[in-house]
Order: sequence, then C-alpha cells, then structure tokens
Amino acid sequence: MRTTTFDLYNLMERDNVLLAFKGTVTSDLLSSVFHIMETKMDDLNDSPATKKKVFNVLVECLQNLYHHIDDFDNDNTVYDDTIDKKSAIFSISRNEEYYNIITGNFIYPRNVVEITNKINHINSLDRDQLKAYYKEVLGNGKLSAKGGGGLGLIDIAKKSRNKLEYSFKEIDDDYSFFTLIVKILK
Amino acid sequence: MENLKHEGSSKTPEVDFNSSGELLLKGRSIPENSIEFYKPLIEWLEAYAESPSSTTVLSVQLEYFNTSSSKCILDVFKKLEAVSGSEISIKWHYEEDDEDMLEAGEDYDAIIDLPFEMIEVEEI
Repeated sequence: MRTTTFDLYNLMERDNVLLAFKGTVTSDLLSSVFHIMETKMDDLNDSPATKKKVFNVLVECLQNLYHHIDDFDNDNTVYDDTIDKKSAIFSISRNEEYYNIITGNFIYPRNVVEITNKINHINSLDRDQLKAYYKEVLGNGKLSAKGGGGLGLIDIAKKSRNKLEYSFKEIDDDYSFFTLIVKILK
Repeated sequence: MENLKHEGSSKTPEVDFNSSGELLLKGRSIPENSIEFYKPLIEWLEAYAESPSSTTVLSVQLEYFNTSSSKCILDVFKKLEAVSGSEISIKWHYEEDDEDMLEAGEDYDAIIDLPFEMIEVEEI
C-alpha cells in the first residue's frame, strides 16, 4: 500500500516531530535548520540549559551527517540512480520528557564494524570515563582534512547524557544505511 | 602589526586580536570547516609571537562550539603557549547554567600549560 502524505503527517504528529528533512545536507541547509530550531526552541518552555544541550547535540549530529556524506564525493563507483547515496534523513522530535534527534545516512559496509566498535566503546563508559576519553582524544587526536577529529560521537554521548542507540540496514554489497538515535532528557 | 578583526556570524565567533595583547573570541563557533576559519587566527598568533606585548590576555566568551572547533581552539592555545616574553593568561567565560562549557574550559586548562581563569557570567 502506498504511503500517503496524510499517513506521513499522522506519523510525524504521533512522534511529535518538530522538524524533519530528507535530501542532500549542505552547509546552507544546516544554517537554516539551526536557525529554525533556535527559533522553535525559543517558543517552547524548556530551560536555557536544555535548549543549550539540545542545540549542541543537534549541531554535532547534523554536522556528522554533513561530513559523512562528503565521503561519497571522491567515490569512483558507478553512480546508482535508484538511490541517491548522498542523501540523508534527519528528524527532531520532542515530548514531555525528552528530545529525540534521529539521523540516517548511507555508509560503506566496510565501516560498519568500526562505527559499531566506536559506539559500543562510548556506551560502555560512565560519565567520568567519557569525560576522560573526550579529553584524551582532544589532546592527542589530529584533525582530519574535513575537520572531524573523532570527537563527534563522544561529544554527543557526553552532552546528551545518554547511551547512543543505533542500527544498520544492509542495502546491497556497496552500501549500508546507518541510523543514529540520540535522546536528550529535558 | 595589524590587528585581526572578524565580525561574528551565526556560525563563527567575533574575533578581535589586538597587537596590544588583548585578544577576544566571542559568540559561537560552529562552522563546518573550522580549519579554514581558524587559519588566519593561527597565522596572526605566529606573527604576534615574534614581538609580543608584555602581557597577553585571551578572553574566550563562547556560547557554543562544535567538536571541529574544539581542536582549532586547542591549536590557538598551543600557539599562545609557545609565545615567549609575555605574561599570558586565558579568561574562560561560561554562562551560569552551562556545565558543559565550564567542563570544556577545565579540559583545556588540564592540557595547556597556561593560567586559566574560569569566569561565570549570566549571559554571553
């Protein structure tokens, strides 16, 4: 059965979605999204500390997407026009207790193990260990050409004060779809 | 030497690096490409190190910064750490409810061998 726009509306209504997007993530798009979210959060009655936490985590999550999608720029594989691999999805929702930030993007299957290990390691740490790990990577790590320093996921876990939820869906031999769910308690 | 000035934007901080030794970084630092943004700051500090003022105070007043900026900010501190012939200190500001920003300042303080002063403010 085809999903209608109304189904999509109901789904987003049910999940209290504040903002959702599917498409290519550009720097300009992120500027707009950050602006929209700041304006929306100003109208909601959350504490300044919550707004700050959510905004910080949102910036990291979406810039993670932005940097990841870039990876396909230098890709030499034949372009498959059934799925736009540079496209991504994200949504931000909010209920009484928490904010939920969900991102989804394509990755190479060969990166699944590395991402899994990284997230599992982060999730195994308590808050003090996470703080120490962040400091260690900050002090020792080098920046990649794109500006990522391997700190993104650590920072997301640290600032959300929650475990990271994730899943992978194998699409074909060349691509997997990576979903990250970050819950931020208000 | 010339002062370095940059007006703040929605993703980049206001920069006011004065050859008198008063340096300011204020606002938000969340650019996608932070290396590009911080390059002129690093270069300015390299030139400043050749004939620094007797005292140098870097005032950091950031509301937000992303992880890619966090490495660049560390590089700024490292450049300052390498300046000799000037009494250098860092004033790290954080908003009163912002535990994460205070922690970030403490992290830098632990890594960098310069005096940090943590200053709580109502709003940046």
